[in-house]
Amino acid sequence: MNPLSLYEKLWQAHVVREEPDGTALIYIDRHLVHEVTSPQAFEGLRLARRELWRRDSILATADHNTPTTNQTVIADPVSRLQVSTLDQNCREYHITEFPMGDHRQGIVHVIGPEQGATLPGMTVVCGDSHTSTHGAFAALAMGIGTSEVEHVMATQTLLSRKSKTMLVQVEGSLPRGVTAKDVALAIIGHIGTAGGTGHAIEFAGSAIRGLSMEGRMTLCNMAIEAGARAGMVAVDETTIQYLQGRPFAPHGDQWDAAVAYWRTLHSDEGAHFDRVVKLDASGIEPLVTWGTSPEMVTTVGGCVPDPAAETDPTRREGMERALRYMALQPGMPITDIAIDKVFIGSCTNSRIEDLRAAAAVVRGRKVAANVKLALVVPGSGLVKAEAEAEGLDKVFIEAGFEWRNPGCSMCLGMNDDRLSPGERCASTSNRNFEGRQGAGSRTHLVSPQMAAAAAVVGHFADVRSFLN
Amino acid sequence: MKAFTTLDGLVVPIDRSNVDTDAIIPKQFLKSIRRTGFGPNLFDAWRYLDEGQPEQDNSKRPLNPDFVLNQPRYQGAQVLLARENFGCGSSREHAPWALDDYGIRALVAPSFADIFYNNCFKNGVLPIVLPADVVEGLFRELGGSPGYRLRIDLAAQTVTTPSGATHGFSVDEFRKYCLLNGLDEIGLTLRHADEIRAYEARRAQREPWIFGGAA
Ligand code: SF4
Repeated sequence: MNPLSLYEKLWQAHVVREEPDGTALIYIDRHLVHEVTSPQAFEGLRLARRELWRRDSILATADHNTPTTNQTVIADPVSRLQVSTLDQNCREYHITEFPMGDHRQGIVHVIGPEQGATLPGMTVVCGDSHTSTHGAFAALAMGIGTSEVEHVMATQTLLSRKSKTMLVQVEGSLPRGVTAKDVALAIIGHIGTAGGTGHAIEFAGSAIRGLSMEGRMTLCNMAIEAGARAGMVAVDETTIQYLQGRPFAPHGDQWDAAVAYWRTLHSDEGAHFDRVVKLDASGIEPLVTWGTSPEMVTTVGGCVPDPAAETDPTRREGMERALRYMALQPGMPITDIAIDKVFIGSCTNSRIEDLRAAAAVVRGRKVAANVKLALVVPGSGLVKAEAEAEGLDKVFIEAGFEWRNPGCSMCLGMNDDRLSPGERCASTSNRNFEGRQGAGSRTHLVSPQMAAAAAVVGHFADVRSFLN
Repeated sequence: MKAFTTLDGLVVPIDRSNVDTDAIIPKQFLKSIRRTGFGPNLFDAWRYLDEGQPEQDNSKRPLNPDFVLNQPRYQGAQVLLARENFGCGSSREHAPWALDDYGIRALVAPSFADIFYNNCFKNGVLPIVLPADVVEGLFRELGGSPGYRLRIDLAAQTVTTPSGATHGFSVDEFRKYCLLNGLDEIGLTLRHADEIRAYEARRAQREPWIFGGAA
């Protein structure tokens, strides 16, 4: 038999039918739904008088608009209507929802895995580009648009075409102070934000096997920032241990059967990939983005690059525009960049391990005087409760951080958590686009440890000097 | 869905790479529960000098005179000429909704981000990939000729410039068929409902844990 890649195994297992031109109907096992990209899909179903194909495939939550302070009421009427529309749709269609206020509510990409609703071998979709996160479980997970949300609701399938495959192999062990976030940024810096376009990426190698599920989720989360709609990691003991006992995971005899199948979910020896990228883990350093695209990234010990050294005119103009927007000078050391705010949260870095790592840096220290606001926003109610049980909330609060309720929060500022024009933020989120965290906002993407270090010194700092 | 067959449209250039969907339609407008009305907020942060809010009267807002969409020569544009990786970032279908609502029916670029590319087809908007040097040439030609138009023929898969140069482009057969005929994909897929059910039954045998919710 032909050796198959993990992606090919997942693809083949889900093809319902294929057209001669390669367009395929693929079956969708899990559909995650949030308030922003679903109202028009539900409306479409109603207008066409169509039924939901399989409601037990859906898990819904409100996350983008939810306030992180008082979670009983949303002040903005437009946001409030969007959230209540989701609640109503879930009631009408009998969909399992963790609404605002439920202790399991949280960012859709945090709660899916946390509940065991994301399982190996599944196809997982959500009207959200960071659905790639779920590929950490050897699932084929993709972000889709609202028309596709409606298509999946009505037919349980997606019209798709087979992607090209890319293997990103990271060998060796990560140095202390270097995290999955730095690996993700290193990969994006290497292949570019369009490097993975048209591809499904499999992350492999000893450094990836050494990551926890949280770390693998961080990495797969950022696959879309490399242009790849899907990122994935093979099943191993770490995957299986993480899933055991979770509410939506199989139990009893079914668990054993599931585990036996899941163990086959890896690329076969000799499987073909359209592109292979290799990285040496030991060479990766803590990274900080300096521009308005995640590929505009450098090491914490580095300097803001000089556009004059770039030969490609479109790229050079892009760099110049980014530096103007970010108000940075070429040649400036990264550690000289002072910050106004810190955001620890988002579907990239709001899981328990992220909070532990940030707390370890913050413990016994204080947020610097020039930092106007330092926010910690746990990814879900359950993450929050776990962190509180460990006393992490106190560590953050004593240092001068604000400890908030779960949601997307300042990752994109659809709720009240936003940067003001010109404000500069050390953020653990995934996008540093113009205006992403508020009109005129300036975002630097970093790991949770690096965000914590920046919070306590007031400018970027090498987290490795904090760890000993 | 609206059909797309041919178009002879005025072209507006967006001369930067990696234009993300946050730029095409900023987050505050995503709070809408409708599919329409996003046109006035297309490229909102670049187009206006103030910060836009949903449900605002956009006609009273100060325009950024430097932004292409505000320049007289591009009024009524139906084709958007762009650079590489257009539409990257968020999966928001509000991006093609905003383009469509504004009046853009086709886009030409050296590359598009995957999800955005896909979303365009669902809304009768045709994204066309042409080689980088061809796109570069179009940018140059357009710069010097006000009223620059492109003729697009989906059935023939061609883009024709005012000077008569014709460039072929590729598009998946199935997408082309749906777009040419303005077909409802859900309706098409539901014709295969029996196949989907048969597949489901096989999966339920093999992986029963996929079905049913929480224990
Ligand atoms: S945390 Fe940010 S990136 Fe993640 S789903 Fe929410 S808004 Fe999107």
